[in-house]
Amino acid sequence: MAEKRVGKQTVKFQNPPVITSTASIVGPKEGKGPLGSYFDYVIDDELWGEKTWEKAESKIVRETLSKLLEKSGKSQEDINYVIAGDLLNQDIASTFGIRGTSISYLGVFGACSTICEAMAIGSMIIDGNFADNVICVTSSHFCSAEKQFRFPLELGTQRPPTAQWTVLGCGGVLLSSRGQGPRITHVTVGKIVDKGIKDANNMGAAMAPAAADTILTHLKDTGFAPDYYDLILTGDLGIVGKRICEEIMAEVGFDISKRFNDCGLLIFDREKQDVHAGASGCGCCASVFAGYLYKQLLEGKLKRILLVATGALLSPTSTQQGETIPSIAHAVSIES
Amino acid sequence: MENVAGKEKKLIKDYTNNEYRQYVEKISPKSKTLSNVIRAFIVGGLICTVGQFINNYFLERGMDKDIAGSITSIIMISIGVLLTALNVYDDIGKFAGAGSIVPITGFANSIVSPAMEFKSEGYVMGVGAKMFVVAGPVLVYGISASIVAGIIYYLLR
Amino acid sequence: MFEKYLSAFIVGGIICVIGQLLIDKTKLTSARILVIFVTAGVVLTALGIYQKIVDFGGAGATIPLTGFGYTLAKGAFRDVDQYGLLGAFTGGVRAAAAGIAAAVFFGYLASVAAKPKAKR
Repeated sequence: MAEKRVGKQTVKFQNPPVITSTASIVGPKEGKGPLGSYFDYVIDDELWGEKTWEKAESKIVRETLSKLLEKSGKSQEDINYVIAGDLLNQDIASTFGIRGTSISYLGVFGACSTICEAMAIGSMIIDGNFADNVICVTSSHFCSAEKQFRFPLELGTQRPPTAQWTVLGCGGVLLSSRGQGPRITHVTVGKIVDKGIKDANNMGAAMAPAAADTILTHLKDTGFAPDYYDLILTGDLGIVGKRICEEIMAEVGFDISKRFNDCGLLIFDREKQDVHAGASGCGCCASVFAGYLYKQLLEGKLKRILLVATGALLSPTSTQQGETIPSIAHAVSIES
Repeated sequence: MENVAGKEKKLIKDYTNNEYRQYVEKISPKSKTLSNVIRAFIVGGLICTVGQFINNYFLERGMDKDIAGSITSIIMISIGVLLTALNVYDDIGKFAGAGSIVPITGFANSIVSPAMEFKSEGYVMGVGAKMFVVAGPVLVYGISASIVAGIIYYLLR
Repeated sequence: MFEKYLSAFIVGGIICVIGQLLIDKTKLTSARILVIFVTAGVVLTALGIYQKIVDFGGAGATIPLTGFGYTLAKGAFRDVDQYGLLGAFTGGVRAAAAGIAAAVFFGYLASVAAKPKAKR
């Protein structure tokens, strides 16, 4: 009998894991955004001394992991698991970033929902008494993502207004069974939701139903009202997806508009920086949480948040074969 | 939520895929078509005027029409190659849209940009193989169409 | 002389506008639009229509990708006149040889010399 299960998809922790430390490294464009001062390090060019975008992304993962260990005062031997993922085929940014460490590695893929997927798994491992310290880290790189999913950088194309800008960034969190810091009290692992959107240039619209589905399931499972949370944040729905999610929620009686925001709309200034509908990428939710939201929680400016990272589970092959875009969202309930 | 017929309005979460697509189509921001069209017209027109100038230059020097045409193609393609290599063509493309995609300079850009991008995978499997990842269909369909046209022309003669 | 430049500007501009409308109003990717244009160029040349556009617009008709289709089709017809059925296969590529070879060779050289730059 799985006693920690609540409702359909939610798990409530008996010993809520503590987020004892976070680290974040972002690219120049993100550094110039409104949250620029909250990140641990801003690199000044997209290659960071490496020969290829992919190698640069691995370096960012490696350095974020180092920074996290440095900030938390722990060494590799203290960490029981590292759970990581990114947008690249076969998660190579994570693999080559974590290669060389001696930590047990669990690679995951959730597209842009990966940080919450990793935190969900990490929390369950800790609450289940299988580990004392788990690191969750995810990254994305604008150039490597464009190369894999869209077009070569120098190709003269126009992005439609619904397109989103993949973040160049990495965020890592250290979850511990003991210590000081905000705690993860519940996680709601999402199910795949597909409402038939085929347009890879409008991912917000593809992901919004999944976000709404997970938030609704979380609220029903736990019995919380939206105002239980100071803020409900999605990972990267962008301006279009955020509006759709709000409308879906409002129709079933949950007005979240006063306490709802999206990491993809926080990390860039849409007026001044050319990002069309907002930011996307695994690194978006991860770096915004690790850099900005974590500090807000530590300073008591936010007491309870629901972090809902959203992912579009497509590949270049699936869209070329005419498939729609299935999406997923995972919710992590954090209390300081 | 009720409409005039007294039936309850369908909730978005219960929309069929088709209904959801239509709803998304309705609320998604649309491209600023008028300004895009004007910019495409101006830049596309300018690129063609440059081509006209180059063509006239060679015709005035008494060159054969077809040879002048071939040389003009080579020069226009070289311009596309150069602007792509200088990392400028993508900025032109953002501004001009079809005005930079449709002319033959855009064809050159679509060959050089993947060649530059995939250099990281080596000169054979990277540059060599991926060079035609965007422009390949143009050659396949263009050449095939001309063969079909040629065959039909032969049969109708 | 000025009229030649003006008609090139206008005809080229209009063909690009058609492309822009396809980009903005349909979900077609630019690769598919280029395929449509080059094939349309072949078809319109075969129907005798495109020659008239070239006579009026000059480079305004030959520089856009429809003009590439025009070159391919005209070459196929010319080679069929000269070589019979074999000409259907040799004509297109022979006529476009300069452009294709230049694109391949200069493209290769450019890739050796240049690096892609990230967008900000």
